[in-house]
Order: sequence, then structure tokens, then C-alpha cells
Amino acid sequence: MQFSEIIAKTNEFLAEEFEIDITKITPQAVLKDTLELDSLDYIDLVVVIESNFNFKVQPEDFVNIVTFQDFYLYVETKVNAKELV
Amino acid sequence: MNRVVITGMGIYSCIGKNLNDVRDSLFQGRSGILLDTQRKEFGYRSGLTGFVERPNLKEKLDRRARIMLPEQGEYAYMATIEALGQAGIDMDYLDQNEVGVLYGNDSSAKPVIECIDTIRLKKDTMLVGSGAVFQTMNSTVSMNLATIFKLKGINLTVSAACASGSHAIGLGYHLIKSGLQEGIICGGAQELNHFSMGSFDALSAFSIHEAHPTKASRPFDRSRDGLVPSGGAATVILESLESAQRRGAAILGEVVGYGFSSNGGHISNPTVGGPVRSLAMALRDAGMSAADIDYINAHATSTPAGDASEAKAIHEVFGSSKPLVSSTKSMTGHECWMAGASEIVYSMLMLQNSFIAPNINFETPDEDSEKLNIATKTIEQNIDVFLSNSFGFGGTNSSLIIKKYID
Repeated sequence: MQFSEIIAKTNEFLAEEFEIDITKITPQAVLKDTLELDSLDYIDLVVVIESNFNFKVQPEDFVNIVTFQDFYLYVETKVNAKELV
Repeated sequence: MNRVVITGMGIYSCIGKNLNDVRDSLFQGRSGILLDTQRKEFGYRSGLTGFVERPNLKEKLDRRARIMLPEQGEYAYMATIEALGQAGIDMDYLDQNEVGVLYGNDSSAKPVIECIDTIRLKKDTMLVGSGAVFQTMNSTVSMNLATIFKLKGINLTVSAACASGSHAIGLGYHLIKSGLQEGIICGGAQELNHFSMGSFDALSAFSIHEAHPTKASRPFDRSRDGLVPSGGAATVILESLESAQRRGAAILGEVVGYGFSSNGGHISNPTVGGPVRSLAMALRDAGMSAADIDYINAHATSTPAGDASEAKAIHEVFGSSKPLVSSTKSMTGHECWMAGASEIVYSMLMLQNSFIAPNINFETPDEDSEKLNIATKTIEQNIDVFLSNSFGFGGTNSSLIIKKYID
């Protein structure tokens, strides 16, 4: 999957799931603040990632994901790893 | 001891989604029953059910609140918004006062099934999402209402089968009467999905008059063959008289009697003695005699044994005064966990509008129902005092007496 496809798909499902204006999502924006995530929302984030990209995020991985750019790169790594299998 | 009054009501049911529509349906004897083909395909013996659309709450509640809320919680929210509005209670008042919630609920089948199906499929509990645990618990309605309305008083679900909603109001009445609470959101909710009633259908307890759904629920009629499941939610705002007067709230009625009992017998077979003790206790609590009751909203669900036992019990206690009796389940079906609360709302609408709703489909009495004074059509008459019965599996009985408020 191309990086641009990952960005577009991610932005779309995050905006829909967390009911925010998609234009607020930019690479440098902070994921937690933009999506207004509380502790329970991280569970739903795991669910939407699994249903859209078919891999399970380990909750501890979120420690290193601050911006949307971090998130896209993380997803790319996981998706590419799957594609190589 | 405090006097306990009703200052607000809300209803979301198969005969109307608000008080005005429900009042009209009751007056016109309109049924909310239909045949749900999905239930037949799913393996139900009877596909009959009450039906009401789920509300669209996207504009009313944020995402976090919505994903916690199961179907019956949505109905309870709608009923509670209406009730609080009628009572003139806003979020500021709820923030500054210890208002509680006591809500009847006794299942949350659909979220449980969907949650377990996901775990079976994915082999990973986390993938059920964050809302599942709050939707699946039996206390889902009270916990959600308490969170949405930021309540600070008692926070409790009452589970007592088909008497849940009635006991919720009865217990709320006692907490206010004794001075432990000044105001409580009481009610009952019942899910309507096809997962929720399969085990009940298994007992052959449901009517199979599928050719004529609106004729299927026939409480007290000789040809009754079972109940019709239904659902929705009803809310009643109970308040101490002092609190209501201090706020300048309109007082709609006064709760004056609560009787309860357990049959001490079979888990599903009814008795006469259990309901008689509940009725007698409610009258004692109200300081009333049988002749003081103008109208009885019967529990009568349209089952052969249940209606017969209730008819015997009503005759035993009220045989000399013969108040008018009707079962609104003839129109609504059996709203189960919700019924004890919704039938207070139905009866209150009759009290406020001076009519007695008909027991539709009562065409031919049997040897028990012929002894009762059953309203077969709408009767326009004043009601000063009514009594509402609710009985449930396990032999739990509840009777409430409400009267017109007189200063």
C-alpha cells in the first residue's frame, strides 16, 4: 500500500470514528489532542485499526506515537511487514 | 415522613414516542403490535412483538455517551429527557442537587451476544471496543443515565423481572418518603431486539395469533393464548412535596401506596395469594380501603394462567367495590422490565385527562374475568386514585397506588 493511500484511509476512518472535522488532521497535529482521546478511546483506536488494516496494535506501541505522522509511519511499517509475509 | 409526588413523566413506546402521542393512542385504543419476520427466521415460535424505531441520538449525545448506550438505554434517555423537561429540571439543577436514579432493567442480550461473537471470531477481547462492557452489564441503564445527567444521588438498577419498573418506583418512593433523597429519576427500560426474547419464546409463552397482530394481545379474554413481547422505556420523576413546592414545579400526582410480596412458590407459575398480599399491603400503606380505588391498571399479560390468577386476586380484594379494570398490555404488549413504569405513565395520562383506556380485544370473558369490571371501550370519567399491578418470574409482585394531588 502506498504511503499516500495509508494517509487518506487513516484520516478518513479516524475522522468518522472520532467524529471530528477531517481538516483538523495534519501530519504534525498531536493525535491525542486532535481526536480528544481518553483512556477508553485508545481501545476503540485499536479496534478501528484492526478493522481497516487487519493488524492488531499493541497498546504499548502508542507510547511512541505522538503526531499523525508518527501514526502513519507506524501503520506503514506494520502494513508493509504484513505484505512481505 | 415526606409526601412523595410525581413532577415529570416521559415515555418512548410502541404506542407513541412522547406523552401526547401515547395519550392519544390510549384514548383511541390503538395497538402497537406487529409481526416481525426476522424473529420467525431466527427460530421464534411467535414473531409477534411491539415495535418502536430506535431514536437517532447523534445530534443529542456525544460519541462517548452513545457508544456506552445499548438500545434500551437509548429509549430510557429519550423518556428521561421528556420527563426532566416536564419537571422543569435542567443540568444546573442536577449539578447542584443530589438527584438519584432507580431504573428497572433485567437484560442486555444484544450487546452480550455481539460482544461474545466478536471474541469468538477474533480471539481477542480488546476488539470488542470500549463500549461493550458498559452496554452488557445489567445496570447499563442506570449507569448511563447517571453519567449522561451527571447525577449525584442514589445510582441503582432494579432487576425484578417484569416487575422491575414498578419496584423501581416503589423503592424510590420509600427513599424519598424516609428523607434519604429529595428527587429520583425512576423508570423501566426494555430492549426490543430479536436476541432478547428467544429464551422467553422457548417457554411457548407468546401468543401465536400471527394472522392478526393487533388482536393477539387479549388480556382476560377467554381466547387469549399468550403474551406479546414489547419494549421501550418510561421515566417518572419522583420528588418530595417540599422539594417540588420549593421549585414551584407542577405536581402531577402523589404516590401514596407501595405493596410487594413474593409468591413463595414456582418460578413461573402464578399464585393468587402472592398478588393478594401485595394488593393488601399497598392499600394498608396508602391508608385506603378497596372502595377508594377508581381504576386498576392490571398486570394481565394475556397468558391463560397469569390473567386468571390476577383476576381471582383482584376479585378477592376488590370484589365488593368493583373498580374499573383494564390491561394496557392489550395495546402495548408486555413491556416486561419497563412495564411497571410505563403503566404508571399510562395510568397517569388517564388520571390527568379523565378517561380510562380500553382493554382492547376483550370480547368474551371467562369464569374469572367475568367477575371484574373490565373497560372494553374508552370510558370518559374522572380518576382520583388508581392502582397498578406488576408481577414477575420468581413470584415477585408489586402494586403501586397513585392519587391526584390535593394540597
